[in-house]
Amino acid sequence: MISQQLLYSLAGIGLFGIGLRATLLHQMLLARLLALNVCGAGVFLIFIAVAYGGLEQLVDPVPHALVLTGIVVAVSATAMALALGRRLQELNDE
Amino acid sequence: MIEFLWSIFDISLVLLILVLAWAACSTHDMMRAVTLFMALGLILAIIWARLKAPDLALAEAVIGAGISGALLLSAIKDYPKTTMSEERSSHVEWIINLMTLALMTIMAWAVWHGLNMSDGIRLSDQVMSQVPESGVSNPVTAVLLNFRAYDTLLELAVVLTAVLTVLNLNHKRADVAAASPLLRGMTRWLVPLLVVTAGYLLWVGAHAPGGAFQAGAILAAAMILLQLSNPSSLQLFKPMLWRSLLVMGILVFVLVGLWMMFVNEDFLAFNPTWAGSLILVIEFAATLSIATALTLAYLGGRPTGWESANPAHSATKHNGKPS
Repeated sequence: MISQQLLYSLAGIGLFGIGLRATLLHQMLLARLLALNVCGAGVFLIFIAVAYGGLEQLVDPVPHALVLTGIVVAVSATAMALALGRRLQELNDE
Repeated sequence: MIEFLWSIFDISLVLLILVLAWAACSTHDMMRAVTLFMALGLILAIIWARLKAPDLALAEAVIGAGISGALLLSAIKDYPKTTMSEERSSHVEWIINLMTLALMTIMAWAVWHGLNMSDGIRLSDQVMSQVPESGVSNPVTAVLLNFRAYDTLLELAVVLTAVLTVLNLNHKRADVAAASPLLRGMTRWLVPLLVVTAGYLLWVGAHAPGGAFQAGAILAAAMILLQLSNPSSLQLFKPMLWRSLLVMGILVFVLVGLWMMFVNEDFLAFNPTWAGSLILVIEFAATLSIATALTLAYLGGRPTGWESANPAHSATKHNGKPS
């Protein structure tokens, strides 16, 4: 059980790292936003991996609720950032 | 033997998401990156199901893979193809790599430390003992709409704020040209099915995986599909209807909270006997609001027909447009 928690947590940390690195390195706004989403997915994965307690055990519902909130907020934030980015593009073109 | 098969499954899932994430983050071709990102979302949905988080698997499949993907895909053509002229110097890249690795090491240590700490009060036990009092039997719904109802209320406020920003920037992309007959025919079958699925998920959320967020996202997917197959179909919604649907979730939530304040002397403190019905009322309103919000977020601005309500504004808007 703890090995699965650890395996998926490490995968989450990996996703976080890949996303963060790409967010900082990329120059294109769209690529940055996508990388930031990958980074967020890594954080979600750590939460859920830690909440997992084995096949027979009950899981902890609190991180699940937090991550569900997080997924919805992440997509709204992405939509807002895309709208702001488009406006920025518009101002740069002028 | 079965243990061994599970570990092979786990390891392949983990390798798959890491490779997909790396590929999505390292390519300069955005079309390719977004496609890989959507695939990553689907694999993540399988991982949520594997880690016994079916509520999340539903939400991730619709939102993470579907709506985020649609948002990013439709944004590709609005952004210039390559501005890769100025690469980061290898010096900066080296520092970023080092800092990221350091951060990952600290996180790994924190997770390891947390997993090995067995003592202390676990929230899950408290939640599980209170679930019968919450009015619903799905613990995730109980946490979202009863124990941590404040979080969900504020989340709806965050979503509303984000959509208001999108609406005010109002950079609606041009309507797509007439869709292929294939898509129109498929939409005719798919949209009613999606609406029924959304209703089912909303209802079943009380005692099984599902709930307002999943249902709202599926409704939004149905509306986006309608918009893609026939852009004029969303004109049935008058501006006032869009606005009311958008604020309905948070309005009903606050009204129920205030009503509970008069009855139970505490904001959002649900009475165990009514909690089930109150949660359903809030979830119903929240579903419609989330669906509207995600649809408007995808459209990227006010839908066709909205501007006519305020001709002066739309006139300045058209003059101000660069192209």
